[in-house]
Amino acid sequence: MSEYRKAELLRVENLSTWFDTPKGVLRAVDGIDFSIPQGGTLAVVGESGSGKSVTALSVMRLVERPGRIHPSSHIWFEGRDLAQLGEKELARIRGNEISMIFQEPMTSLNPVFTVGNQIEEAVRLHQGLNRRDARERAIEMMRLVGIPSAERRVKDYPHPLSGGMRQRALIAMALSSDPKLLIADEPTTALDVTVQAQILELMKELRERLGMAILLITHDLGVVAEMVDEVAVMYGGRIVERGPVSEIFASPQHPYTEALLDSIPLLGMRYAQPLKAIRGVVPSPLDWPAGCRFAPRCDYTFDKCIANDPPLLPVPPQESACWLCENGRRVPRTAEVVA
Amino acid sequence: MTEVAHSQFDLGTGGDPADVLVKARGLKKHFPVRKGLLKRQVGTLQAVDGVDLDVFRGETVGLVGESGCGKSTLGRTLLRLLEPTAGELEFDGVDLLRLGGRDLKTMRQHMQIVFQDSVGSLDPRMKVKDLVGEGLQIHGVDRKQREALVLETLERVGLSAESAERYPHMFSGGQRQRIGLARALVLRPKFIVADEPVSALDVSIQSQVLNLLVELKQEFNLTYLFVAHDLAVVGYISDRIAVMYLGKVVELATSDDLFARPLHPYTQALLSANPEPIPGRKHQRIVLRGDVPSPIDPPSGCRFRTRCPIAQPICAEVEPLLEDHGQSHGAACHFAGTKIPETPSVIG
Repeated sequence: MSEYRKAELLRVENLSTWFDTPKGVLRAVDGIDFSIPQGGTLAVVGESGSGKSVTALSVMRLVERPGRIHPSSHIWFEGRDLAQLGEKELARIRGNEISMIFQEPMTSLNPVFTVGNQIEEAVRLHQGLNRRDARERAIEMMRLVGIPSAERRVKDYPHPLSGGMRQRALIAMALSSDPKLLIADEPTTALDVTVQAQILELMKELRERLGMAILLITHDLGVVAEMVDEVAVMYGGRIVERGPVSEIFASPQHPYTEALLDSIPLLGMRYAQPLKAIRGVVPSPLDWPAGCRFAPRCDYTFDKCIANDPPLLPVPPQESACWLCENGRRVPRTAEVVA
Repeated sequence: MTEVAHSQFDLGTGGDPADVLVKARGLKKHFPVRKGLLKRQVGTLQAVDGVDLDVFRGETVGLVGESGCGKSTLGRTLLRLLEPTAGELEFDGVDLLRLGGRDLKTMRQHMQIVFQDSVGSLDPRMKVKDLVGEGLQIHGVDRKQREALVLETLERVGLSAESAERYPHMFSGGQRQRIGLARALVLRPKFIVADEPVSALDVSIQSQVLNLLVELKQEFNLTYLFVAHDLAVVGYISDRIAVMYLGKVVELATSDDLFARPLHPYTQALLSANPEPIPGRKHQRIVLRGDVPSPIDPPSGCRFRTRCPIAQPICAEVEPLLEDHGQSHGAACHFAGTKIPETPSVIG
């Protein structure tokens, strides 16, 4: 396929991550493409089982048996194909050029070492600093992420820290190596809303200050709207729509995106107005439908959808994997309702 | 411990007192904190600390707040699933705290609870029909009538008759929540406490369950206490909202009025922090400092003062009571209505 292009930091091509299970091959991620420019942000949004978290793990090459990345997949990162790299080279990139933070900060921190120790370890490993410089750097990072009295907290164990402070500590650790790409997998999902607000603001400010790119994995369309400019909507292991957040939220071209946006109650909406509900459930990843994977739940399904799987079709400025978009943009039903 | 003075504020929407289904006055639920080998009590966790609340027949009261604010404990205490430490509690005009044994059991038929994953916490070896029919069995309904009621209720919550013979693990999250609803509904209760009923669900499934809750309420003349942390969801389903912080109700108003004029600084911060799926809506927001303090040793005076952007010396000394600010809109703040400035930067 195409070569690595300049200004692009990450380019994922035809990524497929499958899991071999006793019941058959589970195609969690099934041929997706996306890219992130240097210093850019992309959110991958989807519901449970859409494949969004497996996508994040695949980019980090952290998928373990029985999972496997299909040989035809490419993960171009600054000219190197991470999908083809050996474990030794990957170790130099992971936690160094690409860092990752997860949903549950407690399980990502080691309870028997102090927070300071753990940040120092990251710094010494990846930047080769000596013990004293590493401690300095750890305190500096903790200050940067807004941990109060960092000199004292550096000696704290993770346990007495609140969820928000733990997530800050993890962000400090992830950013201590000055990564070019930060992968954040549901970074605020386990946090209370006022603490979530703190962490989101922190990530935005750090992005501006440090200029790193962010791949944000989330189920929360509200977080998407606040954090990023570009979004890829996943359903059934595929990207069904992608493009600028403002366009996609204002005029979704894929029926799934449209239904998803209509199913969220906005502040001030009342029960007199029923919410859009998507009927049924996500089909099994062991046995995706032959045609469009959303067809069994879609309001617009016609013959072609059952028989043929639509590719991402251009509907500038976005792309949508829906046969209704074959001849350009469609008029979404929401617009009719408003009018 | 000092007795909490009662506010003089009219808790309802000015409605007829005879329409009050659930009435709580000065309700407290404290848990002893024990430590060491001898399990000596070293403190008291004040989960709910002096709540006055009226729930009117046919309305939905939303209870919103962050983890540890006491909203779930309050929900359970209102049903007397937890024994209150102090206060008064009435259900349907009856003093609930005086009831014992058989009378309480009869009363329980009218007050049910639905959890975040009601079914997941139940016996996985029981079939759906037995899970849903368990309450009927306890209340002495015979097998034949039970079966009919179970099937009727399952159908009403959108589950097929075949699902009665299946086991809970065979169902998705949304369907399990329907089973939990059927389990509560089968007794034809008057009052249902729904404790984070949609929090674990994907948004497309969440909307199915919310719509169902609204339909069932109308069909069965239900009254809900809807406990959740998501302000948009609570606002959607509730007629009135009580905002809780560290065991206290800090603001109480109709949903529309709460969103239109949030008076308490905490409510303003919650509203501002809520991420809305509308790009470009917010550039700045109110960001509270720090975390919620421990309910074992809450701050003196106003409990929110340690995180409040507009706290004054008086807030540490005098505890603000829930006072009426017009249209039965109550707020417990010495400076209620003061607009909180947005936070320019979170990095010092």
